[in-house]
Amino acid sequence: MKIAVVGLNHKTADVELREKLAFNGPKLEEGLQKIREIPGIRETVIISTCNRVEIYLQVQDVEKAYADMKDFFVLFFDVRRDSLDTALYLHKDMAAVKHIFRVASSLDSMVVGEPQILGQLKDAFDFALEKKATGVLLNRLLKKSISVAKRVRTETRIAENAVSISFAAVELAKKIFTDLAGKSFMLLGAGEMAELAAKHMMNNGVQDIIVANRTYERGCELSREFNGRAIRFEDFPAELVHTDIVICSTGASTFVLHKEHMQKVMKERKQKPVFIIDISVPRNVDPGINDMDNVYLYDVDDLQGVVESNISERQKEAAKAEAIVEDEIETFRRWMMTLNSVPTVIALRERAETIRKDELERFFNRFPSLGEKERKAIEGMAGAIINKLIHAPTVALKNDAEDKDVLIALIKRLYDLNGEDHEKG
Amino acid sequence: METMLFELALTCYFAATIVCLLELFKGSKATSRIMVGLVIAGFALHTANIAARYVISGHMPTASLHEATSFFSWCIVLLFFFLEYRYRIGLLGSFIMPVVFILMLTSSILPRKIENLSPLLQSSWLFIHTAFAFIGDAAFAMAFGVGIMYLIQEHYVKSKHLGGLFKKLPSLQILDEMNYRLITIGFPFLSLAIISGSLWAESSLGTFWRWDPKEVWSLITWFIYALVLHVRLTQGWRGKRAAILSIIGFSAVLFTFFGVNLLLKGYHSFK
Repeated sequence: MKIAVVGLNHKTADVELREKLAFNGPKLEEGLQKIREIPGIRETVIISTCNRVEIYLQVQDVEKAYADMKDFFVLFFDVRRDSLDTALYLHKDMAAVKHIFRVASSLDSMVVGEPQILGQLKDAFDFALEKKATGVLLNRLLKKSISVAKRVRTETRIAENAVSISFAAVELAKKIFTDLAGKSFMLLGAGEMAELAAKHMMNNGVQDIIVANRTYERGCELSREFNGRAIRFEDFPAELVHTDIVICSTGASTFVLHKEHMQKVMKERKQKPVFIIDISVPRNVDPGINDMDNVYLYDVDDLQGVVESNISERQKEAAKAEAIVEDEIETFRRWMMTLNSVPTVIALRERAETIRKDELERFFNRFPSLGEKERKAIEGMAGAIINKLIHAPTVALKNDAEDKDVLIALIKRLYDLNGEDHEKG
Repeated sequence: METMLFELALTCYFAATIVCLLELFKGSKATSRIMVGLVIAGFALHTANIAARYVISGHMPTASLHEATSFFSWCIVLLFFFLEYRYRIGLLGSFIMPVVFILMLTSSILPRKIENLSPLLQSSWLFIHTAFAFIGDAAFAMAFGVGIMYLIQEHYVKSKHLGGLFKKLPSLQILDEMNYRLITIGFPFLSLAIISGSLWAESSLGTFWRWDPKEVWSLITWFIYALVLHVRLTQGWRGKRAAILSIIGFSAVLFTFFGVNLLLKGYHSFK
């Protein structure tokens, strides 16, 4: 009864290979079915996201399972075997437990702390559960990894800081304006990054969107997308008086917004705060504007700096998360040990019972003249001897000892219990 | 008995201040609950102390600098409860509880003897006048705390280093609005205190205004806050400038309160 994970992720395989090996749509069910048919594989969960494809297994023979899975990948996805050589990894037993805990807690993600992976893992588990592909061990493992991830999220601040430029901009806007609902927002120029930032702003409640683009038609197009309105590029300075947040990326080679102009704007809007994000390179907004009161100007490098310090913040939090994972591995290991000792205890008791029955039978055959009373007494005595003999090993097995796995192996060997495997599949 | 209540209240405020300062570095829901609990306990004891002094002396317990300072702190804590309950501004306690504690500590080292009120001051005006003055001062104290919070947060945003307290402090907009609102509360109360004071002076001394140092400094304070409101509404002096002005204003409040009593003489002085 062993846990193993066979898979690949963004660290071991490039996107081309990950794409080929993705369990998309109907492939997931088909794949799950095929894997379950492989002899020796008792439980299966498939996790397939754009950054990882992993198959969690409960098997008897890990090495065989790894070879089988490799064959499966080659056949099922029609890829070359050698392309898998470096990409595919295998973690077994506690290493596999650690791996799934880290994956669920987003410690193994491309962007450490990103929240999607937990949802993807839950979906994968639900699907396997629905298809009855899991059993005692993987159910427990997946449930535990979800709870570990939740613990990591509440006890560390791993997911707290924005690690992309557009999220960092939204985070900043919230520290300037509190609530973005009701704030007006201007897109000056229409780069891809500006659009992304605009989307984030909208998701956070910004409603009034104005697009000023050099090509008016493109501006109109964009404004329809955001349900805003387009103005001619020449008109943007006048519109600034009513704008709280500006994202600028015009591709112009000089400043399009100068300090002198901004001073006029600020006077007209009675110093109501303005947040300007200049993501153009070269910069389009006079950096001197940041020295003015109530105007907050961030350029790409500033935002990049924020993101970088957030990332290093996350890395610090990740260290705390790793400690939580180690802690939880220990509790899982203990649970697994109790799981493993139960069949051994049963086997031991059955072995003792068999010996008792066989010996009594033989004894009574040799002395058929014994009366009912004597027979009962002898039966009782035999039972007592057996019970006393197996009492100590049973207690030892049930105890949560450090070297329990050694003990289990030892008792199996001493009492020759290996023939009787009581594990439930 | 009432001394004991005062000491216990001071101890609670001290503990609350420690928790508040800890919260700056390592805050959680638990610490802010502990903080609120301690402030509530301190406030209850403090209220009992003030009530006891009222019962013993038979007049509003603002007759000595000790009593006045203690009552001033009491008003700040009352206002703090209101803001905490109503707006839940992150870290407000960390910036206002130290002020309360320092005032209470000052109060504790001043002579605590219960004074007999001079016949000049025995009037129901005493209650009206001092209540107005201290509610106004409490609002200004709060505006001072919020103003400091604004300057810190503004510094983070402007310098583009978003570490430290940036996460925990509220947004600039909230802090600026709060600063403004508190001054709009404090200002009318200060005005009422000055008006009620001059009416009282008229009824007991026959003149409305005697250029007593406290009167002069109250007027200076009044002009500072009038200026804060004026430039805000006409010139749009908000944010950083408003925060700095509210800090200057509060120093005038403190000077009017302590400086005048300790350095200058007049009929407002305590014995």
